[in-house]
Amino acid sequence: MDNLKQKLSAYKKHPGSLVVMLLVMFASLITFLVLFFLVIYILAKGIPHLKPSLFSFTYTSENVSLMPALINTIIMTLLSLLIAVPFGIFSAIYLIEYASKKNKFVSIIRITTETLTGIPSIIYGLFGMLFFVTKLQWGFSILAGAFTLAIMILPLIMKTTEEALKSVPDSFREGSFGLGAGKLRTVFRIVLPSAIPGILAGIILAVGRIVGETAALIYTAGTVTKIPKGVMESGRTLAVHMYNLSSEGLYMDQAYATAVVLLVLVLGINTLSGFIAKKLTKERS
Amino acid sequence: MKEKIMKGVFLFAACASILAVGLICYFLLVNGIPGMAKIGVGKFLGGKIWRPNNDEFGILPMIVGSLYVTAGAIIFGVPIGILTSVFMAKYCPKTIYRPLKTAIELLSGIPSVVYGFFGLVVLVPFVRNVGRSLGLGGNGSSIFTASLLLGMMILPTIIGVTESAIRAVPAAYYEGALALGATHEGAVFKVVLPAAKSGVVAGVVLGIGRAIGETMAVIMVAGNQARLPNGIFRGIRTLTANIVLEMGYATDLHREALIATGVVLFVFILAINVSVSLLNRRGQNG
Repeated sequence: MDNLKQKLSAYKKHPGSLVVMLLVMFASLITFLVLFFLVIYILAKGIPHLKPSLFSFTYTSENVSLMPALINTIIMTLLSLLIAVPFGIFSAIYLIEYASKKNKFVSIIRITTETLTGIPSIIYGLFGMLFFVTKLQWGFSILAGAFTLAIMILPLIMKTTEEALKSVPDSFREGSFGLGAGKLRTVFRIVLPSAIPGILAGIILAVGRIVGETAALIYTAGTVTKIPKGVMESGRTLAVHMYNLSSEGLYMDQAYATAVVLLVLVLGINTLSGFIAKKLTKERS
Repeated sequence: MKEKIMKGVFLFAACASILAVGLICYFLLVNGIPGMAKIGVGKFLGGKIWRPNNDEFGILPMIVGSLYVTAGAIIFGVPIGILTSVFMAKYCPKTIYRPLKTAIELLSGIPSVVYGFFGLVVLVPFVRNVGRSLGLGGNGSSIFTASLLLGMMILPTIIGVTESAIRAVPAAYYEGALALGATHEGAVFKVVLPAAKSGVVAGVVLGIGRAIGETMAVIMVAGNQARLPNGIFRGIRTLTANIVLEMGYATDLHREALIATGVVLFVFILAINVSVSLLNRRGQNG
């Protein structure tokens, strides 16, 4: 209580400080209220419209089912990860375990990775359309979408894997070398296993980005509402489905419900990633 | 032997990002530049009229549109973002810090279509009513709406970067200011925040990059009229929106003009990326 009184009297002497403090509080309140309002609003409006017909396996204009889109999203996610994860992890291994820090080549890789991080998804979509869809003649297909997304998430996986590898203490490596293991054995048997939680957290974060992506997919994977028979066929993911529903404006109830599914999915995935990352830091310290 | 092969494999994988950037630049330029040349660079960048049916391809309205909504996003997002990050770093009670921090991190992951949908069903009607009651008209899809929504969307980015910049300032700065008789606010805003300046600016620039590259959310709330606007309650089309809206049916020169629009956007983004990395480098040295 005394503390509070002291503070109040200090503010009385410095009215300017009081104003600034109130501004800070006001701004923070706006931030959190607005962002919470968004989540609560979508949930409140959408949950009542979550009906079993939304999850039927074929899409018709009657049921506006999101199930095909959900399945496409899963296929798209697995395929993108299949392409991006090996490349991401291997290049992180090269950067951390093999290359010397002063290497020119390494700094080029760093610059290009930074560039990839900053490129907006529509540019990835445009590139995917020009290269995979048109030049390689894959057409609008799951495969073209997956390759486009793989490039998009590559820097994220590289970055998180690098951090995870860096956090493995050097004594692990020295111990392994001391016992006569070679470099490769050390990397795969000692360093990688201890870095797995960090790498996993990064991969899950990448899944969150894939699930939420729209602009990169419209002109690469296309917007067909069916479950494709193969990777060379077009199919819309949940986020693309969501965009089409709300831009058509014909099925607003279903759009609310789809938004709920999308929101819960992405928030759940990101929470899982944060949880794993936190567990990791706790174990280390 | 095996060691050498695997080292080669790792090296090959590491080249992927270089290859990707190379391919992206190459394909955008090769497909975009000829179209721009055919239209005429001056006519393309400076032309005020976009009428693909009449072979008129001026993207000045879209450039202006992107700049307007980005500037608007900064006006809404930056002051609130910086003040919130000050709250997180210097005011927030320990007990509620973790949940709030987690909330901000989660919100940065909300897909842009969901933000866009929220804008469509909440912000657009809201702005329509405000515009009507002020006698400014407009149907709610406008520069103002897009700025508001983008301001929201860049908040998590700005808060994250700015907060860590504030935390990186040595505690001695703050304590020294207090010892000299400054209030908590005086110490934070006159000593700590200026010391964190380069980090704060990097956060803001990162937010600008996000705002200018944002596509889906903007399409859903900005109205998308391809003409120079005459008021902030009027609709506008951004560079990103131009690509998505018309690429579906564009052919020939129209298609090339859209790809060239992508090139212009790409150049903007590269300039922003370069300034971010310069700022980061200066932050590390200083």
